[in-house]
Amino acid sequence: MSAADTHASGQVTGGRPIGPPPASHRSATKGSGRTTPRNRQSRTLPYLLITPALLIMAGVLGYPLVDTIVLSFQDERRNNLWSGTAPPWVGLDQYTSVLGDGEFWGVVVRTVVFVVVCVLLTMSLGLLLALLMQRVSNWMRITMSSVMIAVWAMPLLVATSVFKFMFDSDYGLVNQLLTRLPGVDYTRHNWFLNGTSGMAIIAGLVIWGAIPFIAISLHAALTQVPKELEEAARIDGARGIGIFRFVTFPVIKPVFVMTSTLSVIWDFGVLGQILLMRNGHPEQDYQVLGLYSYTQAFTVNSFSRGAAISVITVLLLSGVSVYYLRQLLKIGEVE
Amino acid sequence: MSAAVKPGSAAGVTYHTPKKRRAGWNILGGITVVIMGFPVYWMIITALRPSQEILSYHQKLYPSSVTLNQFKRAMDMPNFWDNVKSSVIISAFSVIIAIGIGLLAAYAIGRFRFWGRRGLIIALLVIQLIPATSMLIPIYIQLNKAGGLNEYWGVIVVYAATTLPFSVWMLRGFIINIPKELEESAMVDGCSQMTAFRRVILPLLAPGLVAASIYALMTAWNEYLFAYVLLQDNDKYTLSVWLLDFTTQRGTDYGALMAGSILIALPVVIFFLFVQRKVASGLTAGAVKG
Repeated sequence: MSAADTHASGQVTGGRPIGPPPASHRSATKGSGRTTPRNRQSRTLPYLLITPALLIMAGVLGYPLVDTIVLSFQDERRNNLWSGTAPPWVGLDQYTSVLGDGEFWGVVVRTVVFVVVCVLLTMSLGLLLALLMQRVSNWMRITMSSVMIAVWAMPLLVATSVFKFMFDSDYGLVNQLLTRLPGVDYTRHNWFLNGTSGMAIIAGLVIWGAIPFIAISLHAALTQVPKELEEAARIDGARGIGIFRFVTFPVIKPVFVMTSTLSVIWDFGVLGQILLMRNGHPEQDYQVLGLYSYTQAFTVNSFSRGAAISVITVLLLSGVSVYYLRQLLKIGEVE
Repeated sequence: MSAAVKPGSAAGVTYHTPKKRRAGWNILGGITVVIMGFPVYWMIITALRPSQEILSYHQKLYPSSVTLNQFKRAMDMPNFWDNVKSSVIISAFSVIIAIGIGLLAAYAIGRFRFWGRRGLIIALLVIQLIPATSMLIPIYIQLNKAGGLNEYWGVIVVYAATTLPFSVWMLRGFIINIPKELEESAMVDGCSQMTAFRRVILPLLAPGLVAASIYALMTAWNEYLFAYVLLQDNDKYTLSVWLLDFTTQRGTDYGALMAGSILIALPVVIFFLFVQRKVASGLTAGAVKG
């Protein structure tokens, strides 16, 4: 399926009006020959097909995005929102104050470390699980995917509550189990007193919750790998890692790149888990970018400062994912 | 695609996975099931325990007695059934809209070359880079203007739009995996593009549609921040927001919370188990070669 093929069908076009309902169109095709009529419609058809998607995305995502950018150059506070008075323009003030704040850079570093750890662990464990699912018996594969769906289906709030309960200082199972080990006393140990151990538990929660999606997607991709290809490689003498690197991985690469990009994006946006784990008032040690923007907007009560932080986050994120975007674009181009 | 591996080294040994090796993999699979499943197990047994056993300094890995009391308490919570209704309405419509619209766009991107295609792909990818929560206030203001605040359709539109980019990207992947020749031969046989799409592509696309629907459904069913902000009446909230009721100033009612959580997660799990066979059979049916 080369680019030339797809171009060819687009070039042989006529002036046929687009989009008649399938039934009438079908009879029309029968009457007027074989291939030309469908080529005629293919100039306008793609635009017709993407219009609904464009409309809904422009309305719900595009406009608010522009609004966020506008907001970041103003000084909008809650009273502006409710009284309807126009917020004053402040130029780059929000940006200079955010970027000149040492606290902000601490948040940036914490976020990057958090995201890197989460994505690396999620992707590697997810891939290993997907490969494992391919090798187990049928019944075990069904068991594994059922468990993973159960994990995936758990609402964020629920998953967070379970972890909170397991790591509870008084009634938590983890403390009680650890205390049973000889010479270890974790009675009433508060995991969240220390920001690092608290963030580690939150990272565990995020990774645990994200693995099913990654593993199931990658497993679905693995089923697309032609068996003949692997067998041929095997007959040629390739083994385990060699087959994976040169036969299997190239086929699943698009899905791998896509899911890892999504992991980066989702882990950058982690907010609910921290908010709920810290009872709605996360300490300084728990601030990551997504949350920081939210806190500045709602607690500190400056929507514009929150908006500026969002814009900076998006810019940083695009910097990080330029590589991935290029990969995805390449994939989008080739097919 | 020649692997740099010594030729002739034990070729064909793993041609059919030997039983012994499969048993080893199964054990490894069992271990992951235990680790991944443990929090779920803990949720379930906490929901089945009497309250005094939940707040205990000596947690046991299995309940000493089983009671359905926590479920009863959860279901007796105010607005439970109203919120079930909202969750079902909001999820169903946002999935239908996201998948319907997404399929059209994915087909356009996957099968046609047109001016602006690259721009559209970039837009789809870039939109996903933006944390949706950062747009909460603008979306709120805009829905307020449009009269969509505290209305189901407001939340439905937001969910459909936020799941759309990924649904399009996912479906596009499935579409380009279907050989174009299948459509072409159908069209040579007299089908129009649309009929070929309906008769040839759509059945082969079933696993992709199921996968994308599951993604959209999970997102809509589990989301709570937008539902919490955009809806205002207690009886219009979705079940995720309803769960917040279990955490009060005096502490968390873990037993009822876990029971409520199970009630919420159950439909999604059942739905998936139900369609899982379709996914499998769809994949085998889709594996048409030549």
